[in-house]
Amino acid sequence: MSAVADKYPVLQELGVEVISVSVDSHFVHKMWNEHELSKMVEGGVPFHMASDQSGNVGRAYGVWDETQGVEMRGRFIIDPDGIIQAIEVLAPPVGRRFAESVRQIQAFQHVRATGGKEAAPAGWEPGKMTLKPGPDLVGRVWEIWNPSME
Amino acid sequence: MEEGVGCARVTSEVTGEEPTSTTETVLSERKESAMTARVGQKAPDFTAPAYYRGGFGPVKLSDFAGKWVLLCFYPGDFTFV
Repeated sequence: MSAVADKYPVLQELGVEVISVSVDSHFVHKMWNEHELSKMVEGGVPFHMASDQSGNVGRAYGVWDETQGVEMRGRFIIDPDGIIQAIEVLAPPVGRRFAESVRQIQAFQHVRATGGKEAAPAGWEPGKMTLKPGPDLVGRVWEIWNPSME
Repeated sequence: MEEGVGCARVTSEVTGEEPTSTTETVLSERKESAMTARVGQKAPDFTAPAYYRGGFGPVKLSDFAGKWVLLCFYPGDFTFV
């Protein structure tokens, strides 16, 4: 979570809020922030650290590990209408890559800004070419896009 | 949700649709899947106790309506990754 906390300004610029969730109590969140995270990130964690001791939230999101009684590393991108646009779930031993979340958010924001008229091909980043889905593009993506452009 | 500093354990809850106590498996399974997060569907709303910038208070997902939200679950505080 320190990786996300550290890059929080990037998310703020994109108009993104963050909520982190684990089974720890909010009191433990306070201790973790004060004793460890604030030593990795200046000012400590700037977003809400939610407590899900019952696992109710984790269950609703399908990331509750019944045998261990913890949440898996689930990451959800939720748009301004409250619709889930992306889900990534990792088993506990491997961490997420923050830059990939940012890339996906930027891509979804771009698609949303075009009213869905444009689509972001594999590996899309701001500045790269988008696709304009429509009858003219069927079977002709190869003419304008290839995997080396990812 | 009032956030006391007493010993009563406050916990998170999913808000919105109430689960029903039906014994019919098919119906309850369908209910469950309706509450499970899926791409393209409404994110299940919830309220949970939270730590935020030095203080305690509940956080509610729907309070962030109109904004993009990055919701991150992780196994636990003081873990290594």
